[in-house]
Amino acid sequence: MSETVLPPIGMLAELTHRCPLQCAYCSNPLELLKANREMATQDWLSLFDQAADLGVLQIHLSGGEPTLRPDLETLVDRLSERGVYTNLITAGVGIREGRIDDLAQAGLDHVQISFQGALASTTEKIGNYRDAHIKKIETARKVRAAGLPLTINAPIHRHNIDEIPAFIDLALELDAERLEIANVQYAGWALLNRNSLMPDRASVERQVNVVREAQERLHGILAIDFVTPDYFAIYPKPCMGGWARDAFMVAPDGTVLPCHAAGTIPGLVFERFGEKSLADIWHGSPAFNAFRGTDWMAEPCRTCDRKEIDWGGCRCQAMAIAGNAAVTDPACIKSPLHARMAGLIEEATTSGHDAFHYRRIGSGVTNHTHNAAETVES
Amino acid sequence: MMTPQRQRILLSHRSTPALKPHVRLQYDKVRQAWALLSPEKVFWPDDVSLDILRLCDGTHSVTRILEELSMQYDAPIEEITADVETFLQDWSDRSLVAL
Repeated sequence: MSETVLPPIGMLAELTHRCPLQCAYCSNPLELLKANREMATQDWLSLFDQAADLGVLQIHLSGGEPTLRPDLETLVDRLSERGVYTNLITAGVGIREGRIDDLAQAGLDHVQISFQGALASTTEKIGNYRDAHIKKIETARKVRAAGLPLTINAPIHRHNIDEIPAFIDLALELDAERLEIANVQYAGWALLNRNSLMPDRASVERQVNVVREAQERLHGILAIDFVTPDYFAIYPKPCMGGWARDAFMVAPDGTVLPCHAAGTIPGLVFERFGEKSLADIWHGSPAFNAFRGTDWMAEPCRTCDRKEIDWGGCRCQAMAIAGNAAVTDPACIKSPLHARMAGLIEEATTSGHDAFHYRRIGSGVTNHTHNAAETVES
Repeated sequence: MMTPQRQRILLSHRSTPALKPHVRLQYDKVRQAWALLSPEKVFWPDDVSLDILRLCDGTHSVTRILEELSMQYDAPIEEITADVETFLQDWSDRSLVAL
């Protein structure tokens, strides 16, 4: 390894895999961990201390649904004491009265609430949770009332891509500071449900125009971050800003990973916090070093002038589509397999498949044998 | 489509810029540099940006900020005004500074 390893800036803490919603695009792995596999409060606190010592400045508290952890205030309190910026990523349902205020009191810095649709019926259908929309709106209002800044996250796919103008109105109405129009990344549950989620090309083109127009019109009023759909792109996304470059994530059981879907890459072994220190894992884990920097790259990445912009794209997508995690992400036009992306879009949008394989603990693992039986008509 | 109720805030010389409540400027001991923490991003302001941001304390008006910087940098106010105004408007548009 010839590259210098810099300290990490960001950490995504998946405190739990439990979640009241069952979104078919969830980025969690198919093998969801049950509550008894989650790290205890003391372990998370000790991990957060080590993260702060190592240089982490921002921690995204996520899941599953992080508010299902009764110790969330304790965790926020410690991070706040250490000067680490805390971002709560929540579904915004099932949060008890007063909890948002308690979290603000503990020092929480920012809240991101996901909306599965801009319309109540869409939000309910995608998350498979009754009255989800109104509950999310109530949570958003409590966040603003507590003086916390709010981001609305809108994960986009075929079933809500035409709701973008309504998402923008919703974000303004809820006095959000930012709106994330995030086209679903096809990993985890979204990969499993790709044929039921992928939008068609015409919708994607309409979406791009709507977003660009709104970004201009709302300049200085609402920040709109646009995560583009990479199946339709010519260059890949710089996944995680480069593998193990300045961010990482931790699964509920303390497994430290370079990204959400890294567990889908065969041959990589991921270490658990507690068995090793965070610093040892960040610097020394063979899995972290496998695709760090640019030394691992083959052509066309190796001589590409975008290699330190795209970092080869997403390793997990290379694995999923090319069958090899060490090749160029096929989302890149320079990949010899780039045509596969168009083929997969075609397959998905002509499949006639609209049903979801809903995200549930236990259901992802049984998929391969019980696909038809497990599928729920939407 | 609904008309946005919020308006873009435009800089005036009576504005008293302040970092937004959820934005923190703190010294990072690990990297030995000043970091500006915001909801989804970390910024590493350069020395000039830092000097402007330190004056964004909600008490200095833009006029006072310009006077202060003019002294610190030993430069005429007219020479620095455009750059400072652009900086503050940009940071306001990015929701980092309240005007």
